[in-house]
Amino acid sequence: MSKSLKKAYLWLIILFLYAPILVLMVLSFNDSRSRATWGGFTFRWYIELFKDRDILLALYYTLAIGLLSSVIATIIGTFAAIGIFGYKKLSYSLVKNISYIPVINADIVTGVSLMLMFVFLGINQGFFTLLLAHITFNIPYIIFSVLPKLHQMDIHVYEAALDLGANPFMSIIKVVIPEIRPGIITGFLLAFTLSIDDFVISFFTSGPGVTNLSIEIYSMARRGINPKINALSTLMFVVVMALLLIVNKRSASNTEKKVRRDI
Amino acid sequence: MMKKIGVFLMLFILVAIILLPGCDDENTLYVYNWGDYMDKSVIKQFEEEYGVKVKYQTYTTNEDMYVKINSGSAKYDIIFPSEYMLHRMAQEGLLQSINLNNIPNFALIDDIFKNAEYDPGNVYSVPYLWGTVGILYNKSMVNETVDSWDILWDKKYEKKILMVDSQRDSIGVALKRLGYSMNSTLEKEIDEAKESLIEQKPLVLAYVVDEARDKMINNEAALAVVWSGEAILAMAENDDLAYAYPKEGSNIWYDCVAIPATSTKKDLAEKFINFLCRTDIAYLNAEYTGYSSPQMEVVEQLDEELRNNPTAYPSNEIISNCEVFKYIGDFVEYYNKAWIEITAN
Amino acid sequence: MRRWLSYPYLVWMIMFITVPLLLIVFYAFTKQTDGGIVFSLDHFRQILDPLYLKVFLRSFKIAFISMLICLLIGYPVALFLSSKDFSQKSTYLMLIVIPMWMNFLLRTYAWLTLLENNGIFNKLLEFLGFGKVQFLYSEGAVILGTVYNFLPFMILPIYSVMVKIDESVISAAQDLGANSFQVLLKVMIPLSLPGVISGITMVFMPAVSTFVISRLLGGGQFALIGNIIEQQFLLTGNWGFGSALSFVLMVLVIISMFFMNANERNGKESML
Repeated sequence: MSKSLKKAYLWLIILFLYAPILVLMVLSFNDSRSRATWGGFTFRWYIELFKDRDILLALYYTLAIGLLSSVIATIIGTFAAIGIFGYKKLSYSLVKNISYIPVINADIVTGVSLMLMFVFLGINQGFFTLLLAHITFNIPYIIFSVLPKLHQMDIHVYEAALDLGANPFMSIIKVVIPEIRPGIITGFLLAFTLSIDDFVISFFTSGPGVTNLSIEIYSMARRGINPKINALSTLMFVVVMALLLIVNKRSASNTEKKVRRDI
Repeated sequence: MMKKIGVFLMLFILVAIILLPGCDDENTLYVYNWGDYMDKSVIKQFEEEYGVKVKYQTYTTNEDMYVKINSGSAKYDIIFPSEYMLHRMAQEGLLQSINLNNIPNFALIDDIFKNAEYDPGNVYSVPYLWGTVGILYNKSMVNETVDSWDILWDKKYEKKILMVDSQRDSIGVALKRLGYSMNSTLEKEIDEAKESLIEQKPLVLAYVVDEARDKMINNEAALAVVWSGEAILAMAENDDLAYAYPKEGSNIWYDCVAIPATSTKKDLAEKFINFLCRTDIAYLNAEYTGYSSPQMEVVEQLDEELRNNPTAYPSNEIISNCEVFKYIGDFVEYYNKAWIEITAN
Repeated sequence: MRRWLSYPYLVWMIMFITVPLLLIVFYAFTKQTDGGIVFSLDHFRQILDPLYLKVFLRSFKIAFISMLICLLIGYPVALFLSSKDFSQKSTYLMLIVIPMWMNFLLRTYAWLTLLENNGIFNKLLEFLGFGKVQFLYSEGAVILGTVYNFLPFMILPIYSVMVKIDESVISAAQDLGANSFQVLLKVMIPLSLPGVISGITMVFMPAVSTFVISRLLGGGQFALIGNIIEQQFLLTGNWGFGSALSFVLMVLVIISMFFMNANERNGKESML
């Protein structure tokens, strides 16, 4: 097949992936509630969006839960990975497999099982349970990002630090962590994005007065099409784009640094 | 660089924890209401007047709300069940009694809404809004008189019909069409209603609750089973829309304010209920939702047009042809099963 | 290294992964009677009801078709991207990944607007002189939504396996006289199989258990397993039956995990 044909196919797929989002972006500036007609250019929906207390609160919860859960999960998960790394074969694969369950299980099953447990323990659902649920499904991603880095690491460095008289904890902080840092950062970013994107698990584990953006969008979408959601989509798309460009630049310069160091 | 990011993160988390609005303090009232069922400014006003915070969340059907409250997974201070659900919840001990002495504005509620069969003596509830179920249709797509539920089974309107995604309402419509009571507890009748809904399914565009209004305004469907307030709001935005009461009779419902047994803020909840009954507030809610108010002063203040609108304030003749949902006890399981069969088929 | 570092996590894992799953098993296999809670298979018997079998069948059908479409349109994307004549691989890859970072609900919601009777698609059809088509609230809409949401999950794992295929294997095949079709059939497809399997599970599993896509784009008419589970927990309050359904889903997951045990690579990981 010729190269231009391949290229055309790729662009067709990209068009398929972007067209719906672009349409929403255009409609977010449409000064008519109806989707069928163009009523002129407006920023009205953006203004209404920023006046909507529920959406802003949901945004706040989304970010707060995203940051808190990914930071806590990163701490617990990193240490867990270091610990698991030292396990004997049997317990190693047992713990690894159990940790794998939330990754592979259907979200609805994870969500429902956590809900059952919160009810069973008589914990009131709300911010706290939402946070616990997010930490729970985030930790495995950290572990599975960090473990490969531990395998790649030169264990002798750690042993050397011990021989030189550093205490075990300090040597882990000073020697091991820097070695596995790329894995930790990858895991953290992954956890954060999964947390802010989650709907199903949050749907079952949040409680009175606590919603995240996904839940809010779901309940808005069930009330019909709302131009405010279009405005929200546009903003989120722009933010995601900007963030990715920044991260991409950063990782590009990181690779450069790494290459230079390797030389 | 990493250090800076770390410090920044730590700071953010600290700030987040300090500002956490989720902390359960004595001054937060948790309200659980139907979607789009209260003017948001009412909440703001209550917060300002009483110096408290209100956490507001919504549900789509009585059944959704019941399961949430019954499971004990969520503590709310104010809920808005319809009459049959209120009856059930009161019977199951899920509600706490309201001290009417703390609700002076209760006097403003029309007597015909008080002391109802579902809650004698208003022990557990204060009426909030009421309305009917009917057919909202688009005159540009429906060229005949709409006066019967039969039209929802007319093949002419294939994929142009919106039904309600709520079991009592949809099964109730089918029961009425067949000439049965909406509160039927005969398995044979429910089965018949179920069969007719399954038969109708190919004609149905979708089972929706709150989307119906938006769909009808945008000419996406010809006929929809809706609650009266939705019809009023939709008709205000699209002149082609009209609302009809089927001759077989329909459903009239009363939504009430109640306090779940798990609430620990009864005083504040009662203040809120009293606030909702206040004329200016009840007026705002009636206007915003389009539903009919049981509050006498509100009805007097409404503009002529709305007060005489049969959609909002139907004639006694229509009302007497309407049935109120009753709590049907354990037979609800049979409804549940029928409903799942309809949606899963 | 220090095993005790993992102890906080072990406690967490038991509390929040193991115990909740055991609770599902508990609810699924017991029922409430007057004499207390007793072991029972009633909930599983209920699943065998033709009605629920139908739901299972429909879920599998929709998930399978969506998966197949993802594979058919996703495989060439991965193949082209990994071939040596593409210079800006990372840019293309990024373009494919970016929509994944948008909120999942927003991505589904977008189709609500497009597929309406008076939506963009129908306006376009009308403009071109065709009649209107009822897109929204059909099985096709649910499949479309699923394909749209999960297509990158198919492309990425296949791509990440393909880029690792040694160029020399391909040139060796070509030197031995294979044409490009034979190269694809005899070299690329067998070698990329681990990625394909991984992609299939990544698309199939969430598709089979979704309840959002079928709710929003199916208009409540195409109940899938996810919808029934949601209904049991949030509408009828029959937790035993809901747990039994969840249990069946879980067993399915474990079986598929067994099948792809060899390939631990997770597509979500490969996205970063």
